[in-house]
Amino acid sequence: MSAHSHSESHGHGTMGQLMIGFALAAILTIIPFFLVMVDTGLSRTALVGIIMGLGAVQIIVHLVYFLHLNSSSEEGWTLLASVFSVVILVIVLAGSLWVMHNMNENMMPMPDMDRHMEQMRSLQSQQG
Amino acid sequence: MSTVTSSADKSIVEPLADEPMHHARNNDAHHDAHAHSSPTPIGFWIYLMSDCIIFGALFATYAVLGGNYAGGPAPKDLFEPGFVAIETALLLFSSITFGLAMLRADKDDRDGVLKWLAVTAVFGAGFIAMEIYEFNHLIHIGAGPDRSAFLSSFFALVGTHGLHVTGGLIWLVTLMVQIRMHGLIGENMRRLGTLSMFWHFLDLVWIGVFSFVYLVRLI
Repeated sequence: MSAHSHSESHGHGTMGQLMIGFALAAILTIIPFFLVMVDTGLSRTALVGIIMGLGAVQIIVHLVYFLHLNSSSEEGWTLLASVFSVVILVIVLAGSLWVMHNMNENMMPMPDMDRHMEQMRSLQSQQG
Repeated sequence: MSTVTSSADKSIVEPLADEPMHHARNNDAHHDAHAHSSPTPIGFWIYLMSDCIIFGALFATYAVLGGNYAGGPAPKDLFEPGFVAIETALLLFSSITFGLAMLRADKDDRDGVLKWLAVTAVFGAGFIAMEIYEFNHLIHIGAGPDRSAFLSSFFALVGTHGLHVTGGLIWLVTLMVQIRMHGLIGENMRRLGTLSMFWHFLDLVWIGVFSFVYLVRLI
């Protein structure tokens, strides 16, 4: 009885849910690895988009099938907390990239910095 | 008026105040099981969301610094997609076996829970072993966290995830001992539920790691 009421109040899911989640997660994992390990002839931008997109879909699959996130658990508070943290994440990630990109654009131009350092290293190794 | 309020307050507060872990068990009235359930899952979920923001900050750091090699090695020189694929598989399998342990727990099958938790621990330990090997190898070939901003942010992000998994493993082994000693009592069910959330959450963070940290940089 205790286990029964527990499973009802917290929702550990069913075997079916777990297996659907596993199948989806496995497919969504195998495709990006396949795309990287096998030369498909797709453009770089397309590949980055596909891999990031599949990652986002897999995160949703994990949330729904493994973490059992839905609008009814804990009267919707878990979903609300999740939506809130997604908002924070978007601000942190997009904001950081935007600000740092802007800063790099406005920096003094140093186009050959990497090459300079490599030259210095090769000189050092020749001397030493 | 005041007596009415205080008695009303009492009826709301009291069931929560007396030992929250026994609620799920003592609840005979099924219809209001929801209102009286333990506050632990939602509290733990909020902890996970705060952890999520820590990882978000580390991902942002990697996104910003990931291209600064300082003349040192780039991702293509260091990362091996096959190696990451095996790490990913270990973590995904461990998530599934933890799910199977939770299903056994719902059936009140103590030995089944212990068996699947042991399998989960083996997969998790395998993942950690691979990660320690990778870090050790990188530091050995001179691609340690002090080499470039790219490697600093890489070690910070993947290392933080690895520490979480290590913490989860310690928790998992401790819980196995607790279940062996006391069985699937209410307290252990609560701990099992929160560890399950923690473990699946770490697998979720790893999706971001293998996609964004490894694969995208290998194209």
